[in-house]
Amino acid sequence: MLTPTLPETKPIKLSVRNMAFSYGTKKVLDGLSMDIHAERVTAIIGPSGCGKSTFLKCFNRIHEVSSTVNVSGDMLIDGVDIYRGGIDEVDLRRRVGMVFQKPNPFPKSIYENVAFGPRLFGVTDRSSLDGIVEDALRKAALWDEVKDRLKESATGMSGGQQQRLCIARALAVNPEVLLMDEPCSALDPIATAKIEDLITDLKENLTIVIVTHNMQQAARVSDYTAFFWLGRLVEMDLTERIFTTPRVQMTEDYITGRFG
Amino acid sequence: MTPVLTFRRSRTSKFVDRLMRGVLWGLAILFVLVLVVFVGAILKQGWPVLNLGFLTKMPETLDAGGGIKPQIFNSLYLVVLSLGLSLPVGLGAGVYMAEYAGKGRMLNFLRLCIETLAATPSIVLALFGMIVFVQAMGWSFSIRSGALTLALLNIPVITRVTEVSLLAVPRELKEASYGLGATKLQTILKVTLPYAATGILTGLVLTAGRAFGESAILVFTAGTNASAHFPDFRLTVPGETLSVHLWYVTSDGTLPDAREIAAGTAAVVILVLLTLNLLVRLVDRAIRRRTRSGLFST
Repeated sequence: MLTPTLPETKPIKLSVRNMAFSYGTKKVLDGLSMDIHAERVTAIIGPSGCGKSTFLKCFNRIHEVSSTVNVSGDMLIDGVDIYRGGIDEVDLRRRVGMVFQKPNPFPKSIYENVAFGPRLFGVTDRSSLDGIVEDALRKAALWDEVKDRLKESATGMSGGQQQRLCIARALAVNPEVLLMDEPCSALDPIATAKIEDLITDLKENLTIVIVTHNMQQAARVSDYTAFFWLGRLVEMDLTERIFTTPRVQMTEDYITGRFG
Repeated sequence: MTPVLTFRRSRTSKFVDRLMRGVLWGLAILFVLVLVVFVGAILKQGWPVLNLGFLTKMPETLDAGGGIKPQIFNSLYLVVLSLGLSLPVGLGAGVYMAEYAGKGRMLNFLRLCIETLAATPSIVLALFGMIVFVQAMGWSFSIRSGALTLALLNIPVITRVTEVSLLAVPRELKEASYGLGATKLQTILKVTLPYAATGILTGLVLTAGRAFGESAILVFTAGTNASAHFPDFRLTVPGETLSVHLWYVTSDGTLPDAREIAAGTAAVVILVLLTLNLLVRLVDRAIRRRTRSGLFST
């Protein structure tokens, strides 16, 4: 296991030790260890099928919704085990938000999409909700575009706007960590640029982990980059170093496009 | 030199394509024609009988000129009662099957039971209802015997429609809800059920239509007599419905105008069913327009 060596001032938010993941008898991830720092953006790259999305989903246990899975080893958030530390998965998902590959707004109004999360936790008072909705939409750089049509259906927005709405929706429950699973793969370059700017703004008080197929994107937005191959972590380092002087030949081959 | 490949479509594939289009069109038109002729014949015979008096008078037993007021009431009353009984059960069972029962033998067994129940001929349910409710429970021919037996007819359909509608909800939407920290129940109540509501509603109206037109079950459980009071909400009195009346007057033969009464009754049944189906279309379209995606939520 290779860990970053620069002095890091931010505390460790998520910590993974010798983690393995399997569906039934099929092992998808094995022997993973890494530390993810608060207020940093950590990118996970690797060829399709290397398990990077699966790994991301382990942080908020969202895969448990649709299938029975088996996670071994340790995955800690603020030093407490996500799977065995007595954390309720519903509470965990409030703390560890997620933005999915395909924008998935609810077929409700823009306002109701953002208010959905707070309502789950009992916020019913109109002025509090208004405040939360505006704040979340501002943080997602969407407020100016939608403030006059909050009552309109979210499914009528452009793909990029929908994805920023999904980010606003996730931010509205005040998460500590934001997981992003290829958030720009369905978007055009302009919408992608907006999301990337947003990621840089958001990391000021969030821990962000982003899975991406786009090497330039990883280089642009992330502080750390982890390279996955066949369910294992090949190398993790400061993004700058991964893209200039990787220590493992395979990493260099991948980022220069020789395979994958 | 590389050979020049020309991709020429064979004549037959184009011909078969056009032929199939024609055949399918023809079938569709044939089907519509059958429906038009059928409905047309019923309405043509029933139309002269249909007037306010026919709809608002009590029936006669021996003389001509009777109405069908209590039968209209009984039909609607039984539909409402049976749906009221079967909706909670069917909805609950459907939600259980789609969301709670894990995949596997248990679910397959449940599904088999539901489908068997759905495929049971209504005359079998009718005799079951007569033995259990009319005789064993001692409720005789009554609204309550009819409503409970009719509910047995509705439950499997509502269950299946609910399950299918829920399974059609995109996984992404459920994930979005869980991802925000929603519990399973919150997700079902706030995302899954509202999304599936159009489908469930459509199924519900179709079920209502089937219950409205049902005759076999009600002949054996609700009886062939209508209360002399109107409106009679008692559950213990017999409740002859329109479909039963239609069958009874023509087979009993004591009414001089049995043919006319039957034709008028049939026309009323058909008109109500058409209205119900039209209503579903309108509701569905309104919902689609409002949310751009045919969903039941704002």
